[in-house]
Amino acid sequence: MTENGSIELQGLGVRFGGRPILHQLTATLSGRSIGLLGPNGAGKTTLLHTLLGFHPPSEGSARMHGEKVVGGVSRLSGMIGYMPENDAFIAGITAVRFVRMMGELSGLPPEAALERAHETLQYVGLGEARYRTLEGFSLGMKQMAKLAQAIVHAPKILFLDEPTNGLDPPARARMLRLVKEIRDSGQAQIVLSSHLLRDVEECCDEVLVLKAGRIAFHGNLEEERRANRKFLHVETRGDERAFAAAAEAIGCTCALLGPGRLKMILPEAIQVRDLYTIAAAQQLQIRKLDYKRDSLQDIFLKAMEEPRGRV
Amino acid sequence: MYDRRYRGYEGRITPLSTRWRVLPRFAWASVFRSRLFAGFFTMCFVWPVAATVWIYLHHNMAALANVGLDAVKLAPVDATFFAAFMGVQCFLLGGLLTLLVGPGLVSPDLANGALPLYLSRPITRSGYAIGKMATLVILISSITWVPGLFLFLLQSWLEGWTWFASHLRIAFAIVLGAGIWIVTISLLALATSAIARRKVIAQTFLLGVIVFGTVAGQAINQMFDTSYGFVFNLPELMHSVWEGLYAVPLEARLSAPLAWSALLAICGLSIAILARKLRAFEVVK
Repeated sequence: MTENGSIELQGLGVRFGGRPILHQLTATLSGRSIGLLGPNGAGKTTLLHTLLGFHPPSEGSARMHGEKVVGGVSRLSGMIGYMPENDAFIAGITAVRFVRMMGELSGLPPEAALERAHETLQYVGLGEARYRTLEGFSLGMKQMAKLAQAIVHAPKILFLDEPTNGLDPPARARMLRLVKEIRDSGQAQIVLSSHLLRDVEECCDEVLVLKAGRIAFHGNLEEERRANRKFLHVETRGDERAFAAAAEAIGCTCALLGPGRLKMILPEAIQVRDLYTIAAAQQLQIRKLDYKRDSLQDIFLKAMEEPRGRV
Repeated sequence: MYDRRYRGYEGRITPLSTRWRVLPRFAWASVFRSRLFAGFFTMCFVWPVAATVWIYLHHNMAALANVGLDAVKLAPVDATFFAAFMGVQCFLLGGLLTLLVGPGLVSPDLANGALPLYLSRPITRSGYAIGKMATLVILISSITWVPGLFLFLLQSWLEGWTWFASHLRIAFAIVLGAGIWIVTISLLALATSAIARRKVIAQTFLLGVIVFGTVAGQAINQMFDTSYGFVFNLPELMHSVWEGLYAVPLEARLSAPLAWSALLAICGLSIAILARKLRAFEVVK
């Protein structure tokens, strides 16, 4: 049973010319903002295209907000907003006409489409440039125009494919702020495909990592961060090998990073003060101790290292 | 003052079946922004106005006498008159209009990656193609069979409804003959536009298909001493079809079944090209 407001993949597979691109994807994505991660060629865009109905699944099925995803036009099509990765615009028309046209194609009546086109362009920061043709826009402005056309009809599901591609730092920050605002408005569920971990980490509460067309990791980022693994970076002066051996004897996992530098994982039962006790016993100085949360980069790298991923 | 927050939309939604109409509406707005095109489009109505005057003079002896003409010396308003009128409107003006508008319909969308934007919305590939084709079909219709039918009705009104009843075939020929031409040339224009991806190249390509077809057809006819080469000559194909429709001699040099088959093949090939090219994404082999 598909939950309303979720994206459910059930053994979803896609083949192009007999070559499998996505294999047996099974997951229920119910976060407000879902990050789709993976190296180049992992199948992120293919998954987005399949969910958009650009081609029917070769096997299995997908449902979004209770509606089955099929190729072509369905009830879902009107609920979707899509910001493609590559340059995508209509030549020879102004930004406001472009966004208005896209609104009308999504089902807005002409007057409402015009009003929302103006509003949306103001919202994405293109208010001053809305009467300029899109060909004259910079890369950052084109990205914003693409976002505007994706949200003009207030979609229930918003697919963003590499939204910060080619943006300078201020423009990137602006784009991420808008994505977070849309997420927090609760009006749309966002699926953000990116190879930039920081973007996903900043905007998403759920993440799906793809590797060679398979799910390498799927989980809730917050829960993952709160998981029972406690990472520490420790800098010491003294015999760090003896310290590491003593720490491992009480259940810690240690890795020596260099002279006087260790990375440690503390089990739930061990507290930091236990480390100071060991250090005192070893006559070793702990000069620096940093908590290091399990970052998305750690999750991603672990998922990439394991042959079949880490689901 | 606009509210700078993201907000949803709870208003009315237009019916799905009417979405394709958005495409021609925006396309017309773009083409009519060009003064050159607007001027050309206006010029397309000079010949219909002249034909209207011609028909009027035929039925107004006093006006004829005023301009110093004799009704007997004027060409009669019959099937040949209408075929000649439609020939100019369809082949010359309709052809030029297609050359100006057609190549710019699909190629910019393909070049600028706009197809995913259209196809991620509630519009199918065929809906997109129909919308783009409607841009041309309605424009060419407005300068071909619509004025043609108007002239037919004017003539019927002035001549009497007996003439209307006995010449109803002409009305049928005007609509069907122009319709076949419009569908064929529109599909061909969209197909060349989808292949070329640049407006200027698509224009050259479309012109090349028509001119090259004519030249190649002539060459085949001369080399093999046959008339089958005319199957590559679009105006010649239309002449063969129109000759049957208007039931007047138009010096067609191909049999009607062969001409119909060739036109169907052109339309089929164009549709196949569009089906292949109009995709939201390309699979790179």
